[in-house]
Amino acid sequence: MDMELLLLYLVAGVTYGIIYAIVAIGFNIIYNTTGIINFAQGEFVMLGGMTAVTLNAFLPLPAAIVLAVILTMAVGALIEIIFIRWLVSPSVLRMIIITIGISIVVREAALHIWHEGVRALPYFTGNEITSVSLAGVRMSPQVLWVLGICSVMVVALNLFFHYTFLGRQMRACASNREAARLCGISAKNMVTLSFVLSAGIGALAGCVISPITYVQYDSGTGLAIKGFAVAILGGLGNSMGAVAAGLLLGVLESFSIMVMPTAYKDAIAISIMLGVLFVRPSGLFGSREAAKLKEF
Amino acid sequence: MLRIRNLESGYGSLKVLRKLSMHVSPGEIVTIIGANGAGKSTLLRTISGQLRARGGQILFNGDEIGKLAPEKIVFMGCSLVPEGRQVFATMTVKENLILGGYVQYRKKKMSAVEEGLERVLGLFPILREREGQLAGTLSGGEQQMLAIGRALMARPTLIMMDEPSMGLAPLIVKGIFQTIVRLREEGNTVLLVEQNARAALKVADRGYVIETGKLVLEGKSEYLLGDSEVQRAYLGKGYTEIWE
Ligand SMILES: Nc1ncnc2c1ncn2[C@@H]1O[C@H](COP(=O)(O)OP(=O)(O)O)[C@@H](O)[C@H]1O
Ligand SMILES: [Mg+2]
Repeated sequence: MDMELLLLYLVAGVTYGIIYAIVAIGFNIIYNTTGIINFAQGEFVMLGGMTAVTLNAFLPLPAAIVLAVILTMAVGALIEIIFIRWLVSPSVLRMIIITIGISIVVREAALHIWHEGVRALPYFTGNEITSVSLAGVRMSPQVLWVLGICSVMVVALNLFFHYTFLGRQMRACASNREAARLCGISAKNMVTLSFVLSAGIGALAGCVISPITYVQYDSGTGLAIKGFAVAILGGLGNSMGAVAAGLLLGVLESFSIMVMPTAYKDAIAISIMLGVLFVRPSGLFGSREAAKLKEF
Repeated sequence: MLRIRNLESGYGSLKVLRKLSMHVSPGEIVTIIGANGAGKSTLLRTISGQLRARGGQILFNGDEIGKLAPEKIVFMGCSLVPEGRQVFATMTVKENLILGGYVQYRKKKMSAVEEGLERVLGLFPILREREGQLAGTLSGGEQQMLAIGRALMARPTLIMMDEPSMGLAPLIVKGIFQTIVRLREEGNTVLLVEQNARAALKVADRGYVIETGKLVLEGKSEYLLGDSEVQRAYLGKGYTEIWE
């Protein structure tokens, strides 16, 4: 096996991995402010990609992407306001059923609007056959777009949560909801905001990845499963853990093709997740104490 | 400033407060004493909006606040230092304080928050040393100071404290009570809930005694300190004399 091929697999793994990480961070943001897992997380990625493809028919690419992200954020806000906001201390089971229900509704709506066709945005720069050479590996420039935009998102989210008043308000709600309310912070608005943020990062990820992976009405489901596995692996609520776990899963999947039939690729995420849940329920990077503080 | 009439409150089917009436005037330190489970925290939670009042009235500066959400009540100038401190454990001391200043941030601008920060750090110099430390790693006494400081950051006109001395060493408790006196000297109004009845009555102007959700006694602190019933029930041998 030559070096260049190994590096190619590595690059492909990292590209998918960082997308998994973004989906996982989306799970984490909502989990941290509400204590619930939003199973409609993958649908945000699909909505972002699909909307951008449609808009791109009559708007330039950057404008189509920005508008698609904003529209998906609006959908996130609507979902929270219609389905979540009015619930008074709902049980975890009820929340799971509600978010799964939302994911089905969004998927069905997407099927009606866009039918079953597979779509994709054009490559941001160049086309299918352009390639750039980096450290001796030839790769599509879109890979660099994915890595670049996702890395910027991760850094920007970190700065947001740690250095802005609004980000601190969200962390305060995650840390101690009642105490945050006693400071005058509207916990409900923070929950809405967490849905908006999750929808936004998911949608942007959906746009940058669509030239490589394509997008169709049900492509959110698979991503949600991978993203959920990564969130568990990285320790629920821990975003840096999600990045590490995402890259790990992406690379593992990518290299698995060398030793296993491709069909088994998707089983890896589930196997790892189950393994982690058995051996280290708080995730590879989550602390046990932190896990205990959460609701489940 | 605060006037409560026939307040009823509880959890689910459990009635805790029954027709409780009391008031706090500007510039006073008023204490509420009572045994464990008497309903002291329930009272403060109901005033602060964490629990919905089921009957009666809560007037704050003449406005009915019985049905408002806690975040609204904080904006009106009534802050609670909750039982068990409830600091944001995963955030730094400075971040905790800044978040306490959210009300000021919304009302004016960041400069008001900076001013408040200086004021609180002046009141509790130890917090300045711990500024960058995670609140969860502070000692109990430091966490209590942080919780009080965080509430002060909102510049409340009435500050309510739920058992600030709970679980703290006598020397630390003494410091906390000195802070309360100092707060009043600076023009604050304090509603203090305590199990440490003697220490609370020593700093307070007036006190209320509650038993199983009902008011059983009220009056000036000196009067309550001298009352044989209070002495028997709350100032007996089991209570350490911290203030002396
Ligand atoms: N969250 C709650 N749910 C149900 N009952 C509660 C809750 N908190 C307190 N109680 C009950 O309400 C009564 C008063 O409690 P509390 O106000 O905490 O008393 P205190 O602060 O005076 O010690 C007690 O009987 C207690 O068991
Ligand atoms: Mg109590």
